[in-house]
Amino acid sequence: MSDRIIVPPPKRLGQTLGILTVILVIVASAIFARFNIIEVILGLQRGGRILARMFPLPGWFGPLMETLQMAVTGTFWGALLAFPIAILSARNIVDVPWIRVPLRFFLNILRTIPAMVFAAMFVAIFGIGNFSGVIALVIFSFGLVAKLLFESIEAIDEGQVEALRSLGADTLTVIRYAVLPQILPQYISYTLYAFEINVRSAAVLGYVGAGGIGQLFERALAWRRFHEVGELVIVSFVVVLFLDFFSAKVRRSLI
Amino acid sequence: MSKGFEPKIYYRTAFPMDSEGRFLVPPALSRTEFMGRILNYLIMALIVIWGLAGLQFKGIMQTAAATVESFGRAFIQPDFSYLLDTTMDGLPWALLETISIAVAGTFVSALLSLPFALMASENLVGPRVAAWGKTIITAIRTFPELILALLFISVVGPGASAGILALGVHSIGMLGKLFSEAIEAMDMGPKEALESCGGRPMEVLTRAILPQVSPELISFTLYRFEINMRAAATLGLVGAGGIGAPLIFAINGRQWPRAAIIILVLVITVILIDNLSAAIRKRLISGR
Repeated sequence: MSDRIIVPPPKRLGQTLGILTVILVIVASAIFARFNIIEVILGLQRGGRILARMFPLPGWFGPLMETLQMAVTGTFWGALLAFPIAILSARNIVDVPWIRVPLRFFLNILRTIPAMVFAAMFVAIFGIGNFSGVIALVIFSFGLVAKLLFESIEAIDEGQVEALRSLGADTLTVIRYAVLPQILPQYISYTLYAFEINVRSAAVLGYVGAGGIGQLFERALAWRRFHEVGELVIVSFVVVLFLDFFSAKVRRSLI
Repeated sequence: MSKGFEPKIYYRTAFPMDSEGRFLVPPALSRTEFMGRILNYLIMALIVIWGLAGLQFKGIMQTAAATVESFGRAFIQPDFSYLLDTTMDGLPWALLETISIAVAGTFVSALLSLPFALMASENLVGPRVAAWGKTIITAIRTFPELILALLFISVVGPGASAGILALGVHSIGMLGKLFSEAIEAMDMGPKEALESCGGRPMEVLTRAILPQVSPELISFTLYRFEINMRAAATLGLVGAGGIGAPLIFAINGRQWPRAAIIILVLVITVILIDNLSAAIRKRLISGR
């Protein structure tokens, strides 16, 4: 007795004919009704405009998105730049004192200057706009992530590094297969931490003309429209709360 | 997430190599894992592109070259007369005011944080109350410092007091969280012993809880002091006292030699304070 289930062979021809008929009917009705997919795609914008007028977005929506975009860009590039610098200033990977010592000194100095001051200086160079704010955030997150990262690189398990070195691996291979896997969770966690801080500071950078929701804050306060200030406080509160929750969740899934 | 990179596998197989001496890649991912990872990367890439799309680069200001040049020159020849000006308009006074704002603000917040931290500790008040306590602390943390400073300016007028109050309230958000984590990690033995002997809540607090967690509490407070030192430097922007106001005025007025001396002094002070407080913290934690 076999445990095979016997399935009747499908009626191929009938099935194919059926599907073809259905497709034919659909296509024919579309052609008969002069339906044109290109027209739909071209016209989508007009529909979107009407929708936007039906459900108008509040005035803070654009600046809020700008703030988030600034925080994302600033954190991403800052954290990306931080990785090679952290490798270079970690004592156990690249042991060159005349690179390490000045780099660490430089990182220390970067972290002592508030992002606001950087933003004000870049506004003098790049003009008013969010670009200056983003550069300030890049520098801030670079300093923060690089400092935390080289400390955790120095705390990794040396066994894997030695095992690779003893097999004749060069420094790049050691970094890829012994260092990176060990520090990746911390790296992402520090980046998220920098992101949380950046969202908060991006929200006030507008004060010095560096874009984002801070400009609205400043304007509302200058005109003493306190109901607008309250609205902005609630909005940024909800966004920050949501992002904190989200990054806590990501962090927990890493550890 | 990095399931393919488990160190266990490395130890067991001792880095498998192929005949040409190249390292073999870590074990292959299953199809769903692979697709999930690709999806993660795609979402990441989309978020980064979205962020870049919001960037408005309007080119460099025409005066930028001159600005950078005079800025660089300012660091070679900073405005030393401002440093030596010992009146109320001088740098030493502003610096002292900044430090005192940070000290007083941190002290206020350390005191205010304790009740919030107790309320947010699950092992003292149970999970339901603790959840509320944690929410309140998070709410305080997300309220921007500068807005708080503006609120307090309308209460006490522009000046250092507004800065102290703003830092004092805002720091509850971080200190309360760290304090409650320290309390939650403590040994419950002394507390239960005191309670079973009929100790009143205040006695339990001062004789069982605080003695255990105080080194950590002081260490966190010092750490927050380092952060507040930096924050106090920006509060001046809205008129809450300290070194921030002259700094922003100097930058906006393109008085680079003055901005340079303020930044130099600020950097040196902050580094000194950081090192001092790091040394104290290390001592506290090692218990000597």
